[in-house]
Amino acid sequence: MDRLVFLLGTGLARGAVLALFALALVLIWRGARVVNFAQGAMAVVSTYVAFEVTSLTGSYWLGLLAALLAGGLLGFAVERGVMRFASPVSPLSGVILAIGLVMVLQSALGIVFGPDYRPMRVPFDDTAIVVGGVPLLSPYDLFVLVVAVVVMAALAVLFRWTSLGLQMRAAAFAPEVSRLLGVRVSRTVTVGWVLSSVVGSLAALLLVPTSLGLNPHATDSLFVLGFTVAVVGGLDSPVGALVGGVVVGVAMSLVTGYLGAGLVPIAVLVLLVLVLLLRPAGLFAAAEARRA
Amino acid sequence: MTGRQRLPGQRPLLRTLLVAAGWTVVALAGTFALDPFRNYQLALVAAYLCATAGLTVLVGATGQLSLGHAALMAVGGYGFALTTNALPFGGIPAFVLALLAGVLASAVVGLLLGLAAARLSGPYLAGLTLAVVVALPAVASTWSTVLHGDQGVQIPFEGVPDGLRRVVALEQWQAMVAVLVTAAVVTSLTVLRGGRFGLRMLAVRDDEVAARLSGIPAGRVKVLAFTASSAAAGVGGAVLCFVAQAVSPGAYTVGFSLLLVVAVVIGGLGSILGAALGSVVIVLLPWLIGRLTSNLPADAAQRLDGNLAVLVFGLLLITVMAVAPHGLHGALVARRRRTTPDVPRPTAEPAPRKVLVPTEEQR
Repeated sequence: MDRLVFLLGTGLARGAVLALFALALVLIWRGARVVNFAQGAMAVVSTYVAFEVTSLTGSYWLGLLAALLAGGLLGFAVERGVMRFASPVSPLSGVILAIGLVMVLQSALGIVFGPDYRPMRVPFDDTAIVVGGVPLLSPYDLFVLVVAVVVMAALAVLFRWTSLGLQMRAAAFAPEVSRLLGVRVSRTVTVGWVLSSVVGSLAALLLVPTSLGLNPHATDSLFVLGFTVAVVGGLDSPVGALVGGVVVGVAMSLVTGYLGAGLVPIAVLVLLVLVLLLRPAGLFAAAEARRA
Repeated sequence: MTGRQRLPGQRPLLRTLLVAAGWTVVALAGTFALDPFRNYQLALVAAYLCATAGLTVLVGATGQLSLGHAALMAVGGYGFALTTNALPFGGIPAFVLALLAGVLASAVVGLLLGLAAARLSGPYLAGLTLAVVVALPAVASTWSTVLHGDQGVQIPFEGVPDGLRRVVALEQWQAMVAVLVTAAVVTSLTVLRGGRFGLRMLAVRDDEVAARLSGIPAGRVKVLAFTASSAAAGVGGAVLCFVAQAVSPGAYTVGFSLLLVVAVVIGGLGSILGAALGSVVIVLLPWLIGRLTSNLPADAAQRLDGNLAVLVFGLLLITVMAVAPHGLHGALVARRRRTTPDVPRPTAEPAPRKVLVPTEEQR
């Protein structure tokens, strides 16, 4: 029982990270109709920035800040420098450009930093908080949860109650009409990429310290998990990403706890196949929206 | 199909077979001119070509992308290796049976994945197949009693058959087998694409709604196209297993899977000739780069090893997609057309020209 509660708690924290990453995918999908297959690679670049800044200055927080800045810059550079070449009538060219980007970023990191796993440390105690005799969450998991909730709330406010958010939603929903009404669509797309890259980087930054360590391929499985979450929730739906993240996070935590960590990639695959077979529209998207 | 009229992408069967026979004879004769290492590389190119030809037909004819063809090759390889080890006899009959088993295995896996994702349009197939490659090492270690985890499955050494031992060396024999098997795969794919089924794939790719209205079961066509493509990749894996006498998950990584996509894109999406050119590039370029970096100090060489080739391929992929989306084959066609400007090419337009379908919103 204690074990179950602990696994649920850890799963919740992992799920929050997955939800953030999936949210970053959903942001770009809604804005540009591209699944950013390079999001994992972009996030791992930011994480290397955090690692270097932290080891230079000794401050975790400076590293975090630098990584978020780097993530934003990278999102801007990728959208303006690479993704602009994607053909507007071809869903494939965006995917292929993103794959090229994955290869460039990961191999460049491999050349500069080598293939070793570098452990990342966080300024938090890693023993679980005990509530009523039951170990529940580590302080770091709690920090992850709080950050994820704050970021999601901020995004919700942005999209719901600001003019920029309204313009972004309009541009994603009906680019031509929005343009006629004075929305600078190409700028809102860029803003979407910057936002998404920052959120994706944050997810990787929160996840990597709990995994084996930092390596150019550290986010490969995060990407697959994030994609699964986005599909489970419905690629169009931010709320879906949130709920999907929690569902997948808890499920993977239970698989890790009861069946072994080695089975996680297989469980993800099975989940993805089942969702695509039974409910390809995702659990939270309007079915018609998916015909595209 | 009505009468003698030919539609885009349609080719007469006889011409396809003659062209295929011609290329095969050239490649087989070529094995005599090559040294053992070149023959080994030729065998690799042939094995990769099975997978890239399958991938290019999938992309060109249905507009779907698979990032997991390496995993499907691995399925073919495991099917081949396990069957070879289970059979009580060796030689050519065992090779043929094992090859069939490998193809069957990859086709079944492809069918399952295709049922889940190939009928959907959008990035679902790409994401699902990526998940398959990422899960491959876990699959191998979970069922390690059969698949032997990271070590993979070895098969017993099978030399050159007695009658030929005097004439050809081992590497040349392997290259010849690889060429023959690949020729069969590529010819089948060309025939498939040039016939009735190919026409249906094009119809579904260009306008799914119109295709449905004309009575074409669009979902089934897409699933079958992915299954055929998977089977071709499985043959590639079986040939690779025959050449290397082993199959292991370490050989079929995400990186290798992306390399297959690179080959298809730089060759020109949808073109089988392009896939062949691309396969040559992905075999030769890493080797050339390895030669160049081998003189560097050990630390630098270790860091550049593998990474530099991937960096070059990534840049190549982005450049080709941005500047020349039709790849090498497209460049060749454009050049030929420029030199013979007066010849109109109404229906002989090669299939790969318009690979990508606008989505509902973008129209």
